[in-house]
Formats: sequence, C-alpha cells, structure tokens
Amino acid sequence: MKWDRILVRYGELSTKGRNRRQFTNRLRDNIRFSFEDIPTLQLQAERDRMFLTTDTDADMDKLLHRLPAVFGIQSFSPVAKTEKSIDAMAATTIAILEELETDGKTCKVNVKRSDKSFPHETNEIQHLVASQVLRHFDGLSAKMKEPDYIIKIEILKDAAYISAQTIMGAGGMPVGSNGRSLLMLSGGIDSPVAGYLMLKRGVRLDAIHFHSPPYTSERSLDKVKDLAEKLSHFGATVRLHVIPFTEIQEAIQQQIPKNVSMTTTRRMMLKIADQVREEIAALAIVTGESLGQVASQTLESLTAINEVTTTPVLRPLIAEDKTTIIQIAQEIGTYETSILPYEDCCTIFVPSSPKTKPKLEKVTFYESFETFDERIEKAVSEREVYRFPEKKQKPTFDEFL
Amino acid sequence: MIYLDNSATTKPDASVLASFIKVNEELWYNPSSIHAGGEQANKLLETARAQVATVLKTKAKSVVFTSGGTESSNFVLRQTALEKKDIGRHILLSAVEHPSVREVGLYLAQQGYEVEWLDVDQTGTVLPSELKQKIRKDTIIVSVQHVNNEIGTIQPIKELVAITRNHSRASFHVDAVQSFGKLPVDFEQLPVDWITLSSHKYHGLKGSGIAACNRSITLEPFILGGGQESGYRSGTTAVAQAVSTARATRLAFEEQPQNFIRLTKMQRILRKAVTELPLVTILTPELAAPHILSVAVKGVKGEVLVNALEKKGIYVSTSSACSSKKTSTSHVLEAMGVSKELIDGVIRISMSKDTTEQEIESFNQTFQEILQLLERNLHT
Repeated sequence: MKWDRILVRYGELSTKGRNRRQFTNRLRDNIRFSFEDIPTLQLQAERDRMFLTTDTDADMDKLLHRLPAVFGIQSFSPVAKTEKSIDAMAATTIAILEELETDGKTCKVNVKRSDKSFPHETNEIQHLVASQVLRHFDGLSAKMKEPDYIIKIEILKDAAYISAQTIMGAGGMPVGSNGRSLLMLSGGIDSPVAGYLMLKRGVRLDAIHFHSPPYTSERSLDKVKDLAEKLSHFGATVRLHVIPFTEIQEAIQQQIPKNVSMTTTRRMMLKIADQVREEIAALAIVTGESLGQVASQTLESLTAINEVTTTPVLRPLIAEDKTTIIQIAQEIGTYETSILPYEDCCTIFVPSSPKTKPKLEKVTFYESFETFDERIEKAVSEREVYRFPEKKQKPTFDEFL
Repeated sequence: MIYLDNSATTKPDASVLASFIKVNEELWYNPSSIHAGGEQANKLLETARAQVATVLKTKAKSVVFTSGGTESSNFVLRQTALEKKDIGRHILLSAVEHPSVREVGLYLAQQGYEVEWLDVDQTGTVLPSELKQKIRKDTIIVSVQHVNNEIGTIQPIKELVAITRNHSRASFHVDAVQSFGKLPVDFEQLPVDWITLSSHKYHGLKGSGIAACNRSITLEPFILGGGQESGYRSGTTAVAQAVSTARATRLAFEEQPQNFIRLTKMQRILRKAVTELPLVTILTPELAAPHILSVAVKGVKGEVLVNALEKKGIYVSTSSACSSKKTSTSHVLEAMGVSKELIDGVIRISMSKDTTEQEIESFNQTFQEILQLLERNLHT
C-alpha cells in the first residue's frame, strides 16, 4: 500500500489548556530528533493533530515502524490520498483493506465533507463507497457500533484522504516537557525501567553510574553504556556520568562495620548524585528502587539513605512487582542487556547479612571518623561524561565477514 | 586438472580462507573468556551468527554452528525424536536421503521408533500424494532433502511442508547441503522447522556447518560440556570456522542468482553433448538443480569411467563421493528404479561457480573419446 501521509493524534496533550502550544512544539521537535535520518520528513501541526509526510515509501515505512516508540502520541493512522470521485475513493479503500484481515470482520465508513462543493452529500458518499467495498469482500460486513475497521474519508479542497487503521502510540508526554532529572543507573533490571517510565512522563534524563575498577570490569561499564544508548532511543539524548568510585568504596570497607557498610555506600552515592544533579541543573533524582526488594530498599533503609539530601528522589517502581518490572524491561529491550552476568559495584562489596533496619544515628557516627566530603568532590570532578545516542561507529568486523 | 566433483566438496574461496587465517592471527581468543580479547572474539562470533541468521531469515539465537552437515542432521533428528517421543514414534524420511539422515533413521528404528520411507518416482521425486498417504497424526519428524546429492532432483518442499502442517505436529527438517548457493534457501522459501548446511559445499571450509531453526530452539543438546552455543552444542567455539562459514554463506547467498543462471547454461551445454553419445542415459531430470548431471553408461562400471577421465586430468565421481568407495549399490538409484544394467555405470558431474564453459567443452570432448574407445573394446 502506498501511503501519502500519517495523521498523528496527541491524546493527553489536548487537555493542557494554555500550555498546549509548548507541548505540541516539543512533540514536533522530538519527532524531528527521532527521525533525523529522514531529511525529507515534513511536519504540519494543527490544534489537535499533526500530519507527517515524506518523499519516499521506504521513509514512510520507517516512520510507521518507529512512531510507536515516540512519547506524546496517543495514536496515528496512515492515510492514502486519492482523487475526489466515488470510484477512486472506493478503489483506494479496497486497496487498503486488501492488506488487512477481512474475513469475518466488520466495518463502517465515516465521511467528513470539508469541501462542500463536492456534488454528493455525506450520507450518500458513505452509502456509495460502502456498497462497493462490501461487494468486493465476501467475508466483510457492515456494522455501525464498534466495527473492526472504521474507514475515515475526509474530502478536502485538493483531494480525498482515506485511512482505515488506528495504531496505538506510546502515550505519555513528549520528552522534555517536564524538565530534567538524574537517573541512578546500575546496570540491573530495574533502573533502566525507572528511566523509561520517567521519559514517558516527558522528563529529560541524565544518568549516573558508579564504576569501581578493578572490582568492576570494563564489561560492566559497557553494559551500562548499552543501557543508556537504549534509553536514548526513546526520543532524547541521554548523558551518562561515570563516577570513579573505587577510593570511596575502599574507604568505606576499611572504616565502616560490615553490616551497615551498604547503607553508607548508598548514602555516598546519593550525595555524589546530588552534586552532579546540581551541576547539570536537574530538579530531581530518579532511582529504580522497589520496596522490600533488597536490604537497601526497606523503608528503614530508604529513610537512612535519603537523609543526606532534600532533593526529591523519585522512585517510579516503588510499588511494582518484580514480574511487572521484568515485563516492561523485555518490552523496551533492556532486559537482555541487564541480565548479562558482570559484577557491578552493588554486588561486589555486599556483606553477607546487611542490616535491613539500619539505625541512622549509628551510621552517621561511623561515618564521622572519615572525611568523605573531599573524596566526593574529587570523584565528581573526575567523572567522565558520555553522550548517547553515540555518534561513533561500533566495530563492524566487515574485514572478517 | 578440470574439477567436476563439486558435490563432494568445493575449493575454499580465497577470501574465506583469508578470513579464517585473520581470525586465528588477530582474534584467536576463547570467546567464553571475560577479558577484552575473549570479549572481542565473542562479539565477532555473535556478529557472524547474526549474519547467517539474516541470510536464512531467522533469529540469531536460532543458529547453531556445528562441525558440518552430518553433525547438524544428527543433532536435529536424534534430539527431535527424543523431545517428541511422548507425542509419537512415527518418523518419515525420503528413500533418497543422504547417509547422514538415512543412517540416523536406521538407528532410530533400532531404538523403537517406527521409521517409514517415502518412495520416489523414476525422477527421484517424493510426490506429495506419497506423503499424504503415509503421514499420521502421531508423525513426529518428516525429513526430506532439498536437492538430491547423487542426481540433483529438487524436492517439492513447499507442498510437502503444507501437507505435514495439515496432518500432524511433526517437525520438518530439510537437508539443504546440496542446494545452498545454487537455489534460494531460507525460511521464507522453505517454510520448514530446520535447515541444515555444510560450509565446504559452497566454498567454505571442511569441519564447519550450520543447524538453523525457524523459531527458538527447544532441543536438548547432543554434545554436553561447557554450555557453549547457548548450551545447544558444547566445545570451545571455533570462532574462525564460524566466521569463515558466515562469510562463505554471505557470498554464496549474494552470488546465488547469477550462479544459478551460469550453471543452468552450462548444464544445458553438458546435456546437449551427452545426449548425442551412444550407450549413455541421463538420470538427472530436466528440472533439477543446475549444478549436477548424473549419467549412466550401459555395460561399463562407473569406476572405470572415473579412472579413465582422471587419466585425462578430469575429476568426477561415481554416484556419490561418500558411497563411491563402497562396493554396494546406491540406495538412491535403487529407489528410483534404475535398471540393473545401468545402475553400476553411473557417474556424477558436478559444477560450481569456478567451473568454466571451456572446461565443460573439454569434458564433453574427452568423454566422447573415452566412450568411443570403450565401445570398440566392449563390442568387438
């Protein structure tokens, strides 16, 4: 089927009173960003919908294939353009339905006659087109209430526009319409999912990762870079801040009793994250914590850890079951990467029985013997920043294959 | 030397050999190691796997690198029989399969499976009606080769698969060792469950092959050990073999359309010349694979013809290289009902992308001279 344009519906955006223009502009920019590889893409934004057109069918296919991943789109429909005659409209409708399952399905025809000079009345057009279409398909019947296919015909000055499918978009809000946050990205299953859910609510992300060579390998860092790359495919660049964490981790091991060392480690991470957040002018910190999943994610632990900052710490997965989280991870394509078996900084120094209910005053008492602040300053200033999607080409092994 | 025994093996492509050496020089690490070297080797291995999967139109995870066509067929047939033994014990194999399938069938018959053979007509074809008659609800495996290795018959795989799907839950395995690179081979062309290939039949290296599935693999491994190849086949993965196989596979796939046209043209020249010779019967049907021509000479042993041609610098084989050293009669020719007086006088001429028209012309010339000589000696 040759499509001429795609009709995009905003959904949730449409309810946002005076800020609406801001949102639609954001969505338009995001679509442009996501499809930088299609230079011929043209956007025409209207009050509650947007039209996309391209020069070639191959580009059109790319659009249809990738639009479901762009946040802020409720649904979209591929539209075919045809001349303004009953026969041409019926023929185009038939061509569209040819590619869909019609046996035992139902349909109805909706006509919008914006061009009043067209000789037939709306009802008449509906009737004439529908009768031709129904005659063509044996297994297809008409149904007014909840049919399988609603064929929308819009008659404008230049031509008639026909669509039959409504494809669901990703929903949510355009990335960037709700400010910036810093995601604590560990390389596990949860944190990328937390990042994805924030992106879906229109939040721009930077990510922070704690790297402790030689306790953690280059491989585990590659894994996190891969995850950041995957998150960047949801419509906005993601910067990854890699913190050299070895010295702090060693200091904690020497200074803090084993069973609360994990609490202190988290506190230091959050302190560092908060400093980075301030530097990049983000408003909140996002984590993949989910209540009760591990010792550091009990309410007592969260309280003891959170004490180091007053910055809002957003935990989109706090009440989710692991199975649901895994399901989302599989859907967004981060699961395969997350389960690669490389050690990360959270697993390597784990004591055998960490306190699930650490006492805050004890933790702060132990920490007072060590000057962590200088080490934190140093770690933040020596961090490495990567930007995704990465511009540089991965090795292709072409000379071998 | 004119080499016309390409169904036995082909000459490795220079760039495939170069790639094999390059991997062994630069990325010879164990792909299971976690250091950077192992990691690179593993990335290369997985890129090779993805490349093969793209050619065959399946997922990378459904491609297993093996030691060759024989191991691939053994793995698929034996492990599928094991997996499905609770559904049924009935197995259907064509009567003209290569020994790597046939012998597994005979072995499974000893193990208590009910193995039946699908008969062929005089062209060596398994007719859909034959399968329809023999397939049952409890059939668990149907295995039919894509192209016969002795005479080049193409089997109607699409129709056979359709019948299999309609009447059973059997896995359909196609041994595409002889067809890859000559005919289109992938899971869209052949909507089967398993395709098995051997690298050295299309200018790759001996000792490497492929078993590919059209969905996720559920079979138990045939070779146990360190769990390489996602556990389906243990043993330190031979990265260089896999990579050179992936390269040979890509090249054969890319060259297949023009290769088909070239070989078809040469097959015509060969046929035309051979048809005019006395005592000769062509066994390969008209609509066969483009690279194989099998002929029988009345009253002369195949071996004598092979030796006579070799003296003139031309390499061909008797009906099949694998069974040519055995003195037993070819089961393929028997199944086709080739007459007693012809069955021992068969030679197979098999071409490849390296074969030239000039070589074919010289074969025709030489073959004619040899036959005239033999005719005088035999009928005086």
